[in-house]
Amino acid sequence: MVSIDVWNASVDFPIFEAKSRSLKKLVLGKVGGKIATETKIPIIEALHDISISLKEGDRVGLVGHNGAGKSTLLRLLSGIYEPTRGSSRIVGKVAPVFDLGVGMDPEISGFENIIIRGLFLGMSRKQMEQRVDDIAEFTELGDYLSMPLRTYSTGMRVRLALGVVTSIDPEILLLDEGIGAVDAAFLNKARDRLVDLVKRSGLLVFASHSDEFLMELCNSAIWMDEGKVKMHGSLREVLTAYKGKDPYENLSPEMLERLGEAPAFAGNGGGDNG
Amino acid sequence: MQATSTIEQPAAPPASDSRSWSRAFRDIREAWGQRELWAHLGWQDIKQRYRRSVIGPLWITIGMGSTALALGLLYSQLFGQDIATFLPYVTVGFIIWNFILGCVVEGTDVFIANEGLIKQLPAPISIYVLRMVWRQVLLFLHNLIVYVIVLAIFFSSLSHPYYLQNSQVEHPGLGLGMLLAIPAFALLVINGSWVALLFGIVSTRFRDIPPVVSSFINLVFFMTPIVWSTGDLTKVTNGTGSWRTAVAELNPMYHYIEIVRAPLLGHQQSWHHWVVVGALTIVGWALALTALRNYRARVSYWV
Repeated sequence: MVSIDVWNASVDFPIFEAKSRSLKKLVLGKVGGKIATETKIPIIEALHDISISLKEGDRVGLVGHNGAGKSTLLRLLSGIYEPTRGSSRIVGKVAPVFDLGVGMDPEISGFENIIIRGLFLGMSRKQMEQRVDDIAEFTELGDYLSMPLRTYSTGMRVRLALGVVTSIDPEILLLDEGIGAVDAAFLNKARDRLVDLVKRSGLLVFASHSDEFLMELCNSAIWMDEGKVKMHGSLREVLTAYKGKDPYENLSPEMLERLGEAPAFAGNGGGDNG
Repeated sequence: MQATSTIEQPAAPPASDSRSWSRAFRDIREAWGQRELWAHLGWQDIKQRYRRSVIGPLWITIGMGSTALALGLLYSQLFGQDIATFLPYVTVGFIIWNFILGCVVEGTDVFIANEGLIKQLPAPISIYVLRMVWRQVLLFLHNLIVYVIVLAIFFSSLSHPYYLQNSQVEHPGLGLGMLLAIPAFALLVINGSWVALLFGIVSTRFRDIPPVVSSFINLVFFMTPIVWSTGDLTKVTNGTGSWRTAVAELNPMYHYIEIVRAPLLGHQQSWHHWVVVGALTIVGWALALTALRNYRARVSYWV
């Protein structure tokens, strides 16, 4: 059973500037006593008192302004940051797609990069080799896969990263924004695969500024503001509160039908945990 | 404005287990389980360095070969030693030293260098230690080719009992005792791992450590019997074990090098080196595990 639980968690970053990051201050600072206040390291409270409980089947969108703590929250939920106060428990295999460039080596071929990225996501070399053809077909990179990655454009790199992550079966999928660098045609294709992937994965948390993507992939949402959870509810409620207007209003009827939403927003409709 | 919704949370929040022995051991266990990943990355690191070069990783071997040859020739003349026994001595000492040097110097940098991966992918931090140590093992194996060549050339002078000049100790010559080099090197690898783990964690927090270590490590090289031998010390003290012999005995590097070097050269072995190394292994791992327990979860904040 896949789940993520976070209890009253805070994430505080110590900011070591050049001076306080050295042993000198720590060692010498103790001697004087007076300087002790200076040696105190400033702290940035990136997340404050977060309590979230996610379980199998949840598809959560993360919205909020830049610097609201979306990316940090994703890292907390992935287990990269363990809370400095409070506690967390993550059950399931996590596949994060935060920075599409990480784990990618510019000097080696696309093919090799596929294998390495897969290994990082917990696959074995054999499993990845079986998927290479599928990924090659999906990314449409063809012979480019044997070229070093530095010859790729940004869009091609995104294709490769998406190709890898959509070819595996993660239990917990954490996506950060930034998959917008590909062209529209590929995006449509990727969307189908992403939707399919989301269906296969047990739990999704997706940070995005794109309403369309959020509506397609998510059913509930968390609004982050200044490192706190400002609102947690159904996607429609949260988006309406966040944007100040119902984003579903202007959608075509076919689209609404596909998303399974009512054309008019009743006020508290659709929310299962409002 | 709606406040944070109240969802039914399972049970009362358990105390955070970030600083527990079980998490520390789990980190190492899980890292070991991902052998395929770090083995691949370690090998990739080496291929990477020599990509687009014609003979690739063979440069490692050539570099070591020429250094050993030059050092061996120079110091055998300086100390008035017989090249046939002294050149293999310097070569083997230098190869082992290079492994230790790699583990210590790159160990201080092991998490800092992997900042990108640590911040983007949830993985046990020991993975990066294993990747680095594995890379050093592969480099060592490349350098071992030089040892094999040197051994082939000077086999006739090492295969029977012999003396190093300035030394009263009779060395039994190459034989079955060589096999001891295998457990000795394994012990060296185990020690390299705790060094990287401990130094890596401390250096991530205090960024002065890496430059300090890399400037002092050269001093250690010259203080360690690699291009000179303990026989030289005995000679200058006229055999009256004065304080000068302590220069070698108090240097842990000497014991690490000696347990691997002695069997590889068919030297007389002394068990006290094993005892010292064994004790250092236990103390070192105890410190490294304590650091792992207390600061494992902090590394991603510090990098």
